[in-house]
Amino acid sequence: MSIDSVTPLNAGGWEAVIGLETHVELSTASKMFCGCRADIPEEPNTACCPVCLALPGALPVPNEQAIEGIVRIGTALGCEINETSLFYRKNYFYPDLPKNYQISQYTFPVAEHGALEIDVEGEPFTVGITRVHMEEDTGKSTHVGDGGGRIHDASHTLLDFNRAGVPLVEIVTEPDIRTPEQARAYGAELQRVVLALGVSDAKLEAGSMRFDANVSVRRPGEEFGTRTETKNVNSLRSLQRAVAFEIERQIAVLESGGTIVQETRHWNEDTGKTSSMRTKEESEDYRYFQDPDLLPLSVDETWRLRAVEALPELPGAARTRFRDAGVDPVNAETLLDNPALAALFTDAVAAGAPGRLVANWLTGEVIAQLRRDEVDVSDTSLSSSHLVELASMVDGGDLSSSAAKDVLTRAMAGEGTPRAIAEANDLLQVSDTGAIEEVVEQVLVDNPDALEKVRSGDMKPLGFLTGQVMRQMGGKADPKVVQQVLRAKTQGE
Amino acid sequence: MPVDIDIAKVANLARLALSEEELAAYGTQLEDILEHAERVQALPTDGVEPTSHPLPMVNGFRPDERTESLEPESFLSEAPDAEDGQFRVPRILE
Repeated sequence: MSIDSVTPLNAGGWEAVIGLETHVELSTASKMFCGCRADIPEEPNTACCPVCLALPGALPVPNEQAIEGIVRIGTALGCEINETSLFYRKNYFYPDLPKNYQISQYTFPVAEHGALEIDVEGEPFTVGITRVHMEEDTGKSTHVGDGGGRIHDASHTLLDFNRAGVPLVEIVTEPDIRTPEQARAYGAELQRVVLALGVSDAKLEAGSMRFDANVSVRRPGEEFGTRTETKNVNSLRSLQRAVAFEIERQIAVLESGGTIVQETRHWNEDTGKTSSMRTKEESEDYRYFQDPDLLPLSVDETWRLRAVEALPELPGAARTRFRDAGVDPVNAETLLDNPALAALFTDAVAAGAPGRLVANWLTGEVIAQLRRDEVDVSDTSLSSSHLVELASMVDGGDLSSSAAKDVLTRAMAGEGTPRAIAEANDLLQVSDTGAIEEVVEQVLVDNPDALEKVRSGDMKPLGFLTGQVMRQMGGKADPKVVQQVLRAKTQGE
Repeated sequence: MPVDIDIAKVANLARLALSEEELAAYGTQLEDILEHAERVQALPTDGVEPTSHPLPMVNGFRPDERTESLEPESFLSEAPDAEDGQFRVPRILE
């Protein structure tokens, strides 16, 4: 996990050190420690019971499916799954959880010591995973007052506990990340992993996946600088922007002789800036202690092996597979983010279609058409067999590459198979040499000047002659064959 | 001998407003507790399996199944203040 070889420096020779904490809500039917629904209904406080409201005497009972989910995430991230792990109480004074503590983990999390291999604009990069632990989500606070929802200016706060107790997995990286681009690539890859596992809908805009960014700067080789933690980052683009802003802000503070305060900062999407929220509480301020209401978790070897066997193809493996099939790096990322298109790709390539061509169609015309019509590929008639047939028609010279794109959009619209569409719309191209030779001979007879020039070594009129042949054949001749025939006729006789 | 406890800091973390007398009294009690813990720690425990819970059980899971939630009115009516189906609390930051 050496990062010494690539340490991109910022202006003034500063190196940024970035670690990310990611929270992922698991899409279980019920909450982490009670049977209330976990899909967070719109109507406030309609998914609450004595456990998630912390009524006296209520006891938490862990949801087995949630533990299954975190074991799968830990396994996918190459972590060691601890045989025994423990629930702790994280004590704090803030009304978003009615117990005055959050059930979380401290020492002995479910999983630790993993790594995620990411791809940063074509370059592989490894981010160490420190730990993956299980906790419960908090309720939703709405700050009411003149400040437009800002906590500082609120007159009072309203609390909805529908989200309180929803299973939440926290994934903490090592401080391995050095640039805003790497931070974004990590966020994107982690989201793909979680989606591939099917344990969460991982929607950044809806908050079911969210990032906190720990950022500090230092001179290379020095100790870590004081870090800040930026919250409220709810898109991959914001993650990159927030980290970039924070790096620049810290460098400016240090270069003007100031010091960085360890604090929590809030990312404001509209202004593109972070602002101070509160000074960071030290870890021991949470007075963690083991929750006496909960038994130790035990994930035995059978369970761990089952989790390994149940792993789907992960994005890293899929990326390698796409690239090995000839797909260019940008299109490979697009396929990774569009599982339905990736499935069509996989089936078409398995049936013998060339990967590069099929990927170009899927990430070009097909996506463009889907966006225009605002539909999913499953809403269209496109199938992998269409792609296979289309590719073989282009390969066999029956269809020009531009006509193929036309046929593709028509196939999506349900006009039939590619061959039927090409025939019905008179799009097939002639690569029959005999038919082309006839026309070429006529064109040469009609254009003696051009022929004379080519024969005397001036190749310029060849393009003109090709155009004449194509026009006479209604654009349906294979231009490659036309050029071959032209060369043969002009050089030969 | 026992660890020196900053009892005022501990009280502040728990948001307890203690008088000078209470600080002194609880300070003594906590020191006694730590002293006891230190005596326990001095016992030879080689070969004793660490205990993380007094019950000889693990997991105690429930299946991922939904159960009835409460009617919001049934608990909001018990709250000191409520508004629009939500708990209402005073401003959080001073």
